[in-house]
Amino acid sequence: MAVTVSRFDKTLEILFELKVGDAMKKDVITISPDDTMAKLNEEMSTHRLSGLPVIAGESLVGIISISDLIAWLMEGGRDATIKERMVKNPQCLYTDQPLIHAIKRFDQLGYGRFPVLDRENGKLVGIITKGDIIMGTLQKLEKEYSEEEVRQYRASHFFQDINAEQVDLSLTFSIIGKNFDHAGAASTTMKKNLKRLGIQPDIIRRVAIASYEAEMNVVIYTDGGAMKFNVNNEKITILVEDRGPGIKSIEMAMQEGYTTAEPWVKEMGFGAGMGLPNIKKCSDVMDIKSTVGVGTTVNIEILIAGVDHEA
Amino acid sequence: MKLRELIELYNLELKSTAESLDADVTRAYAGDILSDVMAHATEGSLWITLQTHANIVPVALLKSLAGIVLVNGGQPENDTLAKANNEKVPILTTRLTAFEIIGRLYKLGIRA
Repeated sequence: MAVTVSRFDKTLEILFELKVGDAMKKDVITISPDDTMAKLNEEMSTHRLSGLPVIAGESLVGIISISDLIAWLMEGGRDATIKERMVKNPQCLYTDQPLIHAIKRFDQLGYGRFPVLDRENGKLVGIITKGDIIMGTLQKLEKEYSEEEVRQYRASHFFQDINAEQVDLSLTFSIIGKNFDHAGAASTTMKKNLKRLGIQPDIIRRVAIASYEAEMNVVIYTDGGAMKFNVNNEKITILVEDRGPGIKSIEMAMQEGYTTAEPWVKEMGFGAGMGLPNIKKCSDVMDIKSTVGVGTTVNIEILIAGVDHEA
Repeated sequence: MKLRELIELYNLELKSTAESLDADVTRAYAGDILSDVMAHATEGSLWITLQTHANIVPVALLKSLAGIVLVNGGQPENDTLAKANNEKVPILTTRLTAFEIIGRLYKLGIRA
């Protein structure tokens, strides 16, 4: 599908995916409500902090920031305890909230930081600033980008990197007869695999059509079977085998429009007598062998000129 | 025109999750016979159909279609939506008949 995912979409996705707990700072320096403002001054300059959660026992009782310290100094800096100057019952975030939620809270409230609590026990487990959100997002983007690079490298260099006189890759899928729930799964999975292998798009298109039609024939008409794909440097082979009932006349089955499908199958848009002709059109070699009462084997070959280096 | 703009313009109802809506749609194909769509739809096309069952999703995936428009007020079955969301295939519905929606798309310059 022609999907264009912009970097911005990706960032938004990450902001939904990453949780506050992933981006927050975990080693939190706290202060007690009974500590003095002078101690706060010391802590802030030593650790270069602009705000500290206030903890009594194990619970968060307030938050105190550099603006509270400045206000206190402006008023003369007389002896005072933290609890006299702190903001009580501060707004908090929880570790399991998505980062996008945190960003909204920063926007709404204009605070510089939020204490982060564990939802289960309500205990302080971290602190988060806008800077932490930016760092967390950038790190995640960088990680995803490098993973994608590795993945793309692996895919497009598969055939070049594997050294042998002949490379043969076989992938087998079983197909359940009369079951439309998973119909098409083998073909769609195989299409993705071929993309990863760096096969040229026009070859993938032909394989997709041929394998889908072959898979649907097994689903619609038979008691089930298997589809085996073989990829080597020269061609893609699709071997489809089923467990019956077999085709009475292959010649007739190959004619466009000829069908033995039941009406309900036709209503779904299948059984139009186009399947085998479609396979024929997409393939370089197509052989059908069938024995009534036993089963059918279809061998499809699609030649590849080379591996697409752009893929 | 982008799929999300078409949705807006023709009041199509988006049934799947809002993903893959930025594809530029310049082509479309109409058909209810899946093998016909497999044979003739071109990559990136918007597919107009009556079929609502889950098997339309693999067809759209295999043909790299931009999305599926169900006509005549047809509603996607539950597993159609589940598969479509899983694979990020947009599913849209319209109360218009196939003829009416195709006519509008044609007028916009969209071709087979």
